[in-house]
Parts: sequence; C-alpha cells; structure tokens
Amino acid sequence: MSQSFEEISAQLKKRHRRSARMKWMTLGALILSAAFLVVFISDMVVRGWPAFQQAQIQVEVSYDEQSQKLPLAAVDEDVRPLISRGFFRPLPRKMEDNPALMDTTQTQWVIADSRVDQYLKGNEDRLRPADKETLENLVEEGRADLKFNTTFFTTGDSKMPEMAGIASAAIGTVMTMLVTMAVCFPIGVMTAVYLEEFAPDNKLTQIIEININNLAAVPSILFGLLGLAVYISFFGVPRSSPLVGGLTLALMTLPVIIISTRAALRSVPDSIRHAAFGVGCSRWQVVRDHVLPVSLPGILTGSIIGLAQAMGETAPLIIVGMVAFIPDASLSITGASTVMPAQIFTWASEPNSAFAEKTAGGILVLLAVLIFLNALAVWLRNKFERRW
Amino acid sequence: MNDTTLQNFQTQQDSSTASEEAVRHYSDAPTPDKGQPVTRNESVEENLSVRVRDLSLWYGEHQALNDISIDIFANTVTALIGPSGCGKSTFLRCLNRMNDLISSVRIKGLVEMDGHDVNARGMDEVALRRRVGMVFQKPNPFPKSIYENVAYAPRMHDMVSRKTDQDELVERALRDAGLWNEVKDKLHEPGTSLSGGQQQRLCIARAIAVQPDIILMDEPTSALDPISTATIEDLMDKLKKDFTIVTVTHNMQQAARVADYTAFFHLGDMIEYNATKQMFANPHTKKAEDYITGRYG
Repeated sequence: MSQSFEEISAQLKKRHRRSARMKWMTLGALILSAAFLVVFISDMVVRGWPAFQQAQIQVEVSYDEQSQKLPLAAVDEDVRPLISRGFFRPLPRKMEDNPALMDTTQTQWVIADSRVDQYLKGNEDRLRPADKETLENLVEEGRADLKFNTTFFTTGDSKMPEMAGIASAAIGTVMTMLVTMAVCFPIGVMTAVYLEEFAPDNKLTQIIEININNLAAVPSILFGLLGLAVYISFFGVPRSSPLVGGLTLALMTLPVIIISTRAALRSVPDSIRHAAFGVGCSRWQVVRDHVLPVSLPGILTGSIIGLAQAMGETAPLIIVGMVAFIPDASLSITGASTVMPAQIFTWASEPNSAFAEKTAGGILVLLAVLIFLNALAVWLRNKFERRW
Repeated sequence: MNDTTLQNFQTQQDSSTASEEAVRHYSDAPTPDKGQPVTRNESVEENLSVRVRDLSLWYGEHQALNDISIDIFANTVTALIGPSGCGKSTFLRCLNRMNDLISSVRIKGLVEMDGHDVNARGMDEVALRRRVGMVFQKPNPFPKSIYENVAYAPRMHDMVSRKTDQDELVERALRDAGLWNEVKDKLHEPGTSLSGGQQQRLCIARAIAVQPDIILMDEPTSALDPISTATIEDLMDKLKKDFTIVTVTHNMQQAARVADYTAFFHLGDMIEYNATKQMFANPHTKKAEDYITGRYG
C-alpha cells in the first residue's frame, strides 16, 4: 500500500523546514564573515588614510653661507619649530650639489614636523602655544596644509615620523620574494612532478607525502629558527639580508607549492597521459608537453598564493634579523634589509600616534599588494585555462 | 591432430606441454577442419603480426589473464569480445605495454612482434608504442589544436623535418582518418571543439600519423552514436589495408561486421579464437555460443 500525497507531504514538511533552517544558518555564516572583513578593512582605511597625507608648510628658504653652516638659519625663527628636522639636515649637501641655489631665496612647501601634522589632523596637541598661534596664522594664509604624502612612498624608516616611509621595506619585500620564488618554485614544482608522475607508489613515497603535508602546518617561527641555525650559523649567510629571509621563507612556502602543484597535476585527467603514452611519449615528454601545460594555471595559482602567504610573514624573519631599522634600501640581496610586515611590526611598537597611522598605512599598502597578487593569480588561471 | 578440438584448447591452460602442442597447432599449417581453434580466412593475405604465448597477467594477487595464446595476423581486424571484466582490454594493453603504467601488474609469457619479445628487458616501451598505436574508449584528443594533435607525435619521433612535410603528413593522416574535409578549414581550432565521433577520428588520425604497424582500439565506438560508429567501422575496414587492427568491443554486431577474426574472452581465459564467420555461424564452445546469442554476459 503506497502512501498518499497528503501523508508524504506531512513528513516532508519537517525535512523542508530543516533545509530552510540550514540555508539561513549557512547564509548567516557568510554574512558574518563578510561583515568581519568589511569592518576590518574599513577600520584600516579610516586609520591608515591619514598616513597618506602629510602636513606641509610654505616658507621662504634662504640658501646662503649662513644656512650652509647652520641649516636652521635658512628659515624664519618663528616657523622653525614647525618644520621637520628632516628638511634641515640635507640642506648643506643640497646646496653643495646644486651651486646655482647659492644666495637665492626660494618660496617652497616643506615637510612640517609631526606635531604639526598630528595637530592639523586633530589627533593630539603637543605644540607650544606660541607655535600653535604661528601655525593658525599660516593655515589662515593658506601656507600650511595637508598634502599627499609622497615621502611615505619614497623613503625608508626614520625616527622622525614625518620622514618615515615604506619604500625600503617594499624593496626588501620584492628582493626577498624574488629569492623565495627563485628557490621554491623550481624545487617545489619538480618535487611535485617527481612524486606525482615518476615516483612508484610505495611506503617511502607515502611517508614523504605525509611529511610534506605536515610541514605545511608547522608554525612559521620554527622555520625561522631553522633558517638561523642552518643558513646563518652554518652557511654564514649574512643576517638581515633578503637572501637569508628569502631562503627561510622558501622553506615555509615549499610545502604549499608542492601540495598545490600535486593537486594541479592530479586534476589532469589520465586520459591525456594515456593518449600521450599511446603515441610513444617518454615519461618526461608526457609531463612537459601534456600534463604541465594543462596544469599550469593551477600551479601558478597555488604558487602565487603560497608566495602571498610568505609575503605577509613576520615571525620567521624576526629570528633571522629582518625586523630592523633600515633607513636606506639596499639593492643587494646580501645587504641589511627589512620587509613590509616587519616594518609594520616595528612601527606598531612605537608609542607615538604619528607612527600608529603609519602602521595602518603600511597595512593598507601590504593589503593592496596582496590583493594585486591574488588578482594576478585569478587572471593567470583564466588566461591559461584550457578545456578538454 | 586434426581431431584436436576445443577440449585440447582448454586443457592447454593446465599443462604446458599441451599448450606447446596447441601453439604449434595453430602456427603451423592449419587444416580446414572446423574443430581447429583457428581457421584461417583464405580471403586475406596473412602474415603473422603478433604471436602471443602463455600470457598471464596479475594485478597484485589477482590473476586477470590465464595463459593466453593467440596469433594476430597482419592486415586483418581482430576483435576481442567477452563480458565486462573478462580481461580483453587488459590483454589489448599488453600489446603496447600500457599495463606498465600500473605498478602492481606482473606479466608472464611471450608477446612477440617482429621476432622480438616486447616484454624483454632490452625492449623500449616507447619504441614499441611507436609501432603499436592506440585508440581509446573515450575520445581523448590532446588539449591542443587539431593540427597539433596530429603533428605532435611525428615531430616528436623526428619523422618530419620541414614544415611542408609536416603539413603534408597531417593532411594525409586526416584524410586517411576520413576527417580532412570536415576540419581542413579549422585546423587551428582546439581538437576538443569537435563532436565525439570527429574527436575519435582525430584520435585515429593521431595514431596513424606515426605510421605504426598495429593499431589497438579499446572499445573505440562505445561512447559514440550509431552514425559515428558506422563511420569508424568503415574506417577500420579501410585502414586494415595498411595496418593491423586489434579492437575490443562489447558490440557483437560490430565484431561480426568489421572483424576478420574474433577472440572470445571469459574470466581471464581465451575461450575461443576463430575466423569471425566461423565464430558467429558455428561457435565451438558452449560459452561462446551463449555469449554470442545473447544468453550470457
């Protein structure tokens, strides 16, 4: 005796209710995580945006013998305390390099002191009353204002917040990542190709596979210790250098690249391998001409995500000395250098509110680079994707 | 010897001397007696292409082929039939050593081609596959252009040096596979953009482009519609002029239509091997008869 529609519907009601409940719960989870993301990013933008602006003051700078000896003399006494020391210091050299400037007076916008900057942004008021009055007058005359902060993108770290920038850390990041990529991309891809395409399926390869999977879950600071012990102590690679940082991050990224490459290789249907073997390809020809071209988008995506992860890494770099005060970018891979997350870490430990906004600004730059890398990964995947 | 019948053929699997006898039995001059395991088809010129003796194969502990002995004649179509899991595809893959790709496989016995044991240590499986092409069940063109699908292997084997030679070779292979007229204007489109039947003919073109001696076809039409199937069957008939074709099929009518010889496999044994006409008109074994008439499998 079969059941009537009414009976079946009565039972179904409960199941449908459960489906609807699960749908709302899963949707709720999505909304919650999206909300976290929105709150996080908007908080960073609100905090970091001021870092892209910098107070500047228009003053008359007199380039003469006196200011060559005593740079502070180049501007009027009353505005002197409002101007960054970072402006005065290089003045004598500027005049030496540029003799035409000598004995002229130029009206120019110069970088203001961080106290002025913070005052104009409404953060904190540490100016003396007299200086404040001068500043108010300058603002009224339109000779003091917040302008786009090019210094932030062109200089390295500084003890003067108004002179501190992300540039040397960005260069350090680029060089560290180049080292990481040059080391772990070929090694990772070749390891994966061996394990996936050449290795016999036996106990040994299974043990290796389990170990690689576990390596991906090892806390990154341990890789820093390994880097310190092996690269610096044993091989004598210079500490704080992009070379040692890159090699350390390569250790960390290698398992990620191996795992994602293996997944990409495994997703290539065996029918393509069989077709290639069937026409008389050697194993390497099968891999080079058929498997790798098809799996390339997956390999690139995995590698870029692995690199992006390494790029945001700070802990192992603390151990190998890359969290350092680096005012000038070194363009050598063995020179002392720092990376963006390490720079952010350094700024975050400064008590000054001017550095707090640098911290957020640095995070925004790092996020922008990471988003760019991920977009690149998506683009590469779409560009090389083939259908079969 | 004339009265040796299938009992003999079956018992050979148990005793090697009997199998020796059976071997001689069908490689030496056969008699027209219908009790012969193999009756040679007088209408085709017959040269031995592959000689298989006592071939056994194990997947790990599981034995998938039991002492198979068979002669495959040049420029004929040989069909392997039998229920699923009977070992016919496994046997087919022994002929170009595709089973090497499975690490748990163990093979014993002789597969001889052109006087060489293909399983011998000195035999390079790449060289073997250069002479024994393969077409698979599911059309599997490379994810490359139609042109590249055909040109890839000859170029890899250094068969062509100049671009014009290559173009010529691609055209010839596509013509032989009966695909040229359909694709000549879109040679640089992806091979995967073709229909299923066209893709399978592209795979055939790819296989014949390296000019092998033998083409193995593993259920080449099982994924195709009846019209494409008919086209492929016609093609097999034409291609046997130049190649030896061994095909696995589930389709009895197809075996009857295209094959000169038919071998019936069951549970890893080769039960009967005979000229197709003989096999379908008057099978010697009960099992083959039951299978052919649809009462079995």
